Amino acid sequence: MTEMAYGTIPVRDGEPVLPKWWRTIDKWSLSAILLLFGVGILLGLAASPPLAEKNGLPAFYYVTKQAQFGALALVVMFATTMMSPQLVRRLGVVGFCFAFLALLLLPLAGTDFGKGAVRWYSFGFASVQPSEFLKPGFVIVSAWLMAASFDLNGPPGRLYSFVLTMVIVGFLAMQPDFGQAALVLFGWGVMYFVAGAPVSLLGALAGAVAILGTFAYEHSEHFARRIDGFLNPEVDPRTQIGYATNAIMEGGFFGVGVGGGEVKWSLPDAHTDFIIAVAAEEYGLILVLLIITLYATVVVRSLLRLVKERDPFIRLAGTGLACMFGVQAMINMGVAVRLLPAKGMTLPFVSYGGSSLIAGGIAVGMLLAFTRTRPQGRIEDLLGRRG
Amino acid sequence: MIRTPLRPLARILEARAKGGNPDLIEKENLRARHEIVRDKARSRAEGRLLMLGLFFVAAFGAIAVRMGHIAAAEPREPVAAATDSIQAQRADILDRNGRILATNLQTYSLYAQPPLMVDPAHAAEELTKIFPDLDGKRLLADLTGPRKFLWIKKKLSPEQMQKVHDIGEPGLLFGPREMRLYPNGRLAAHVLGGTTFGVEGVHSAEVIGTAGVERAFDAFLRDPANEGRPLELSLDLTVQAAAREVLYGGMKLMNAKGAAAVLMDIHTGEVLSMISLPDFDPNNRPGPPVKGLPSDSPIFNRAVQGVYELGSTFKVFAVAQALDLGLVSPSTIIQTKSPLVWGKYRIRDFHDYGNQMSVTDVIVQSSNIGTARIALQIGGARQKAFLASLGLLDPSPVELAEAPYVRPLYPKKWKEISTMTISYGHGLSDSPLHLAAAYATILGDGTLVKPTLLKRKSVEKGPRIVSEKTSATMRSMLREVVTRGTASFGDVPGYAVGGKTGTADKPKENGGGYYDDRVVATFASVFPVNDPRYVLVVTLDEPSTYIAGETRRTAGWTAVPVAAEMIRRIAPLLGLRPEIEPGSELRLTEASVKD
Repeated sequence: MTEMAYGTIPVRDGEPVLPKWWRTIDKWSLSAILLLFGVGILLGLAASPPLAEKNGLPAFYYVTKQAQFGALALVVMFATTMMSPQLVRRLGVVGFCFAFLALLLLPLAGTDFGKGAVRWYSFGFASVQPSEFLKPGFVIVSAWLMAASFDLNGPPGRLYSFVLTMVIVGFLAMQPDFGQAALVLFGWGVMYFVAGAPVSLLGALAGAVAILGTFAYEHSEHFARRIDGFLNPEVDPRTQIGYATNAIMEGGFFGVGVGGGEVKWSLPDAHTDFIIAVAAEEYGLILVLLIITLYATVVVRSLLRLVKERDPFIRLAGTGLACMFGVQAMINMGVAVRLLPAKGMTLPFVSYGGSSLIAGGIAVGMLLAFTRTRPQGRIEDLLGRRG
Repeated sequence: MIRTPLRPLARILEARAKGGNPDLIEKENLRARHEIVRDKARSRAEGRLLMLGLFFVAAFGAIAVRMGHIAAAEPREPVAAATDSIQAQRADILDRNGRILATNLQTYSLYAQPPLMVDPAHAAEELTKIFPDLDGKRLLADLTGPRKFLWIKKKLSPEQMQKVHDIGEPGLLFGPREMRLYPNGRLAAHVLGGTTFGVEGVHSAEVIGTAGVERAFDAFLRDPANEGRPLELSLDLTVQAAAREVLYGGMKLMNAKGAAAVLMDIHTGEVLSMISLPDFDPNNRPGPPVKGLPSDSPIFNRAVQGVYELGSTFKVFAVAQALDLGLVSPSTIIQTKSPLVWGKYRIRDFHDYGNQMSVTDVIVQSSNIGTARIALQIGGARQKAFLASLGLLDPSPVELAEAPYVRPLYPKKWKEISTMTISYGHGLSDSPLHLAAAYATILGDGTLVKPTLLKRKSVEKGPRIVSEKTSATMRSMLREVVTRGTASFGDVPGYAVGGKTGTADKPKENGGGYYDDRVVATFASVFPVNDPRYVLVVTLDEPSTYIAGETRRTAGWTAVPVAAEMIRRIAPLLGLRPEIEPGSELRLTEASVKD
């Protein structure tokens, strides 16, 4: 009756926002990410002055910029972690649409910065790489489509998501950006795997990847040169890999000392693709192991938390985000130690780069939002009251 | 297996009967099924997520282990991988007696590393003093600019090297080099060709052949599997030196602009001497000509690359073929009434030799009309086949880099008029080397001889081209050319020389007919005739000499005396014994000769 007379009482969640956030967030992963960000700034102090000097800028220009972008990324990340999965999904789909549109328009309005691949939009003060922002959005959309297919009488979401993946991979390969294309393909593969891919199909897929790789090897010089360089057992010390390997050797277990590294002067990509070599040279194996542990913590903890998750969308989206994050770090470091063929890929949160940092913030924010502890309906299961 | 129906029909019917809402029941059923599907998916996902987690732990672990492995390794100084080392040590080239024609010399190249330099301005100034050909300003700009490395000189003499040392500049460095040296200078320059540096590194540089045998045998000379085994050529350095001297003098005396000579072993085809003048020093090989006719450049090998209409020397082939086919005998009488009119063409002789002459006299007096009539008897098809079997219509098989690109020139349609003109050496252009090989074939013993620049121990006889009898007949005819014919200046005391002259008007370069005051004079000879050993072809390009009241250009007045002098000089070097009638003054020494 009261309601009829005075309107509904505003519905309130029982718990205030921040305490609830603090209670449910994965504090280990959050700490690992913050630490990684700190390591990134620390290494930026070492790795970016040569670049700044080359471009005639103050020595710590790039560090300042990284810190600014980093702050922005952290704000975005914290904001995202506080969203509900539904809100994340909605915003993710909208964001994906924008990023996809931006990707399509790249050949018309993009720039290649003289590097031979049109991947960026230049806005004067900053440049944006749409594929970085596309990745988290893509994971959300694919997870949404796949989760929908779990419903009886639901749409064939896995097929839709596969078509979508192929379109995106095609556009990325055209740039050419085989690294991001492979990452997107990997993200989709992981989600499909968790969504229940038939084992026979997994085998066939592995075959298809092999065939595609061969095709790319034979028809793209860019791709073939990198593979050839990898297969050659002799490390030519004049190549980037050669310098990186030597830097890791020089560093040993405890490093040559802060600021004492040499490799950053020889490697053009010391602040991005080969930042792990700078870390190894100046701070030694200790810091490298710490970095690896931090990445492993985020990925493995997230995956373990998702094991308990009941909602298929959250499970899939979380898996995709965590695995993409982890595999990107893995590839970057794998290249530096020659476990993987040379492929330009940044170390998330550590490498310099505005787009990658903010997009990383969004992705990790989404991941943390998905891995927050929430009721999994165990009691409801027992009581059979769910619907 | 018990199948559960998708729709709980029993319950729906029951509800209907009771008047309840069957939709609720169906929804309840759907929810339950949904629950089962999701549970199944979840339990499967649980396993797969754990697998993924394990995968990441393993992958990160592998990276960590590998990182530790590399970090524990001892760092090395970055050294260029040894995979792209440069092959040095090119094999020597020797003549048939083991004398060195080409070898290597240890020298140094000079390069600069500007980042190491203390005083680039001083260094640039001193360097331009040592090497006046360097551009001082540019050098200074290079040494003070952003370049980290630059070559300054490819080869240094020891004196120059000492002077560069004396500058005392740490940024000037020396790289060891192997340099190709031709100790005999211009001798055999065209045969040897030349070399240049291929891939250059600081520690060594590749020496690659650019022409001649250096190019033709480049792979052999550089093959480490040969362990430095030298390349033995058929050339005889002594003979080459003597022949070049005579030919050079003859060229100057006869006012010729060029000359070529080929001396060939008549049985094996080994080229003992090959000369083309003007020549060059292969230690400092000039570049290809950028203006003028390529055939006037000193690097042009007239003996191999120069295809000329060799004139009456070709009459030998027509007569030899006719003899071999039995169409004529040396004494057969041929009509030589001048002029011979064939359609719109008129063929004349140099002099009018009367209305008829014997086949021998056709050769001895060099009658175009007589040879043309003989060729008509043979016929174009047989003539072409015969010339082809002598190798006169194909590039020479000699082992020179240039040889495969030199094609003899002959008319596409072998008409009757072509048959007639080619029989006396007009309308078919060949190199002096082609001619020498063909003469060796016909005059040796009638079997095919292929020219070669490699020393041969023994040579298998080629297929028979003409009979031994024809070969002998031709030799005696050619002897008569020298004793009473056009080559009377070719008689060398002690050596029975036989040969055939040839004087051909030079075609104009633009293709419009022939010059009437420029000729190519050739003398193709064989010696000694009674036991043939060598064929010598001497060609003079545009000779003219003023003798006995008139300007003479014919081979009998120009090429023949040069060839005779050459034979006089080289026959003893070749170890041929002169056949001298014991004269009265020689009787004094007869006693010592007897034992």
